Amino acid sequence: MFWQQLLNGITLGSSYALIALGYTMVYGIVQLINFAHGEIYMFGAFAGLFLVTVVGLPIGWALLGAMAFCMLLGVVVERVAYRPLRGKSSRLSALISAIGVSIFLSTLMVIIAGTNPRNYPDIIKISNYQLGAVQFSSLQIIILIISAILMIGLELMVRRSRIGKAMRACSQDIEAAALMGINVNRVISFTFAVGSALAAAGGVMVAIYYNALWPYMGTMAGMKAFCAAVLGGIGSIPGAMVGGISLGIMEIMGVAYLSSSYKDAIAFAILILVLIIRPQGLLGQKIVKKV
Amino acid sequence: MPILELKGISQEFGGLRALDSIDMAIETGEIFGIIGPNGAGKTTLFNIITGIYEPTQGEVIFNGGNINRLPAYQVARQGIARTYQNIRLFKKLSVLDNIRVGRYGVTKNGIFSGMLGLPLARREESQTMAEAMRLLELVGLYDRRWEYADSLAYGEQRRLEIARALALNPTLLLLDEPAAGMNSSEKVELVSLIRRIREEMELTILLVEHDMNLVMNICDRIAVLDYGRRIALDTPIRVKNDAAVIQSYLGVEA
Repeated sequence: MFWQQLLNGITLGSSYALIALGYTMVYGIVQLINFAHGEIYMFGAFAGLFLVTVVGLPIGWALLGAMAFCMLLGVVVERVAYRPLRGKSSRLSALISAIGVSIFLSTLMVIIAGTNPRNYPDIIKISNYQLGAVQFSSLQIIILIISAILMIGLELMVRRSRIGKAMRACSQDIEAAALMGINVNRVISFTFAVGSALAAAGGVMVAIYYNALWPYMGTMAGMKAFCAAVLGGIGSIPGAMVGGISLGIMEIMGVAYLSSSYKDAIAFAILILVLIIRPQGLLGQKIVKKV
Repeated sequence: MPILELKGISQEFGGLRALDSIDMAIETGEIFGIIGPNGAGKTTLFNIITGIYEPTQGEVIFNGGNINRLPAYQVARQGIARTYQNIRLFKKLSVLDNIRVGRYGVTKNGIFSGMLGLPLARREESQTMAEAMRLLELVGLYDRRWEYADSLAYGEQRRLEIARALALNPTLLLLDEPAAGMNSSEKVELVSLIRRIREEMELTILLVEHDMNLVMNICDRIAVLDYGRRIALDTPIRVKNDAAVIQSYLGVEA
């Protein structure tokens, strides 16, 4: 029972982690809580569905296509709704703008797709395996592998690539970074693109895993992922990964051992507890070190 | 041809005139000092040169080209590097990484190249490392290269900031109060460092400084600002004896 729940928790948690990374990276660089991020995740799920059902792509390509589409969407949102406000008005106005984008995107999807939940056709043959007392499906394994690849790729990019170095510099002092020859706007666009692509991957995988997607799916997922980001220490990339996975585990454990009616409350209760004890989040000390 | 020319630079902030028709030309290879009381507009001038502000009026000419409207990152890539009055290092990056960030505009490798360690990235990385090591030796921080920038002593942080600026391969180096907060032995080291940099790297250096001895000692020429106006521009000795300067500035200090 315990090991089974642990596996389920990690699967759920890795999707929180993928979304949380977008929050944390954007916050790390422009100190903005991008409230539209959950809607990017939702758009990713729908873009994948569109590519599978209407265009008829195989799921792997649809996943990549959804990521590419959301990269573009993320960059456009930043360009249209955040950049014009940057430096000219307070951070609060960007936050309001983010809430506006969030409402706009979910309403747009209601107009496009309606409010009824949809689901991916049975495109993947899911086989189940048994290892001792633990049951797992091929889908869970695929989700875990893809999440791991994306997170390792992100970590490598931030640590080793030139743009990653620029991101770390921007997260510490954006003006000084500009004076080092770094095109700050490009780094910000890039950050939105990467964060949005990760959210899209999460969206497609969660929609397949839970066999449902609807226009408001981004609201709760976005909130939880935001919790995960704060839990891990907002601004910290490893923090978002740890925060996401631990939130997923604790939520599933809570459902298993307490009651499923508290599922959503558990995430927020944990967040409040952690913030009382450790206001900077789990890896909060490392915020600036790592991002 | 002067490396940097300022022609009739004025800067207004909401009706307040911080700089008033400033003219000056910095010759290639010289150490040029800007002095003046607090609020005289020295740092504002630096911010205009480096592209943080666009001047209300006037022209900034660098190597013969107008750079008024260039964003800060492009000014940096053209070869103007600076340090700050209040140290602005990337505090939680290592000493070495601070310098490597400075190489950003010089290198070109893409995302995947860097992630996977492909040949271009590796070649650039080894160049960057060699250059970083050379700069660390120059400012005497080689032994501390793995430490976080904020764990360095104050004088060392100032030197690191200079090394980071040099990593851009600049032709013009702007130093904003490089000796601020330094004790006298640190100042002596700083003076010899600035001289060495000019000779070894064939740079032009423009510095803003409060310490009058240091400025007089190191600069080839000096401009004096007062309330946003340039009240003198000459060699140190002549500036020292200039009546307007003595009245507005030196008279108070000396």
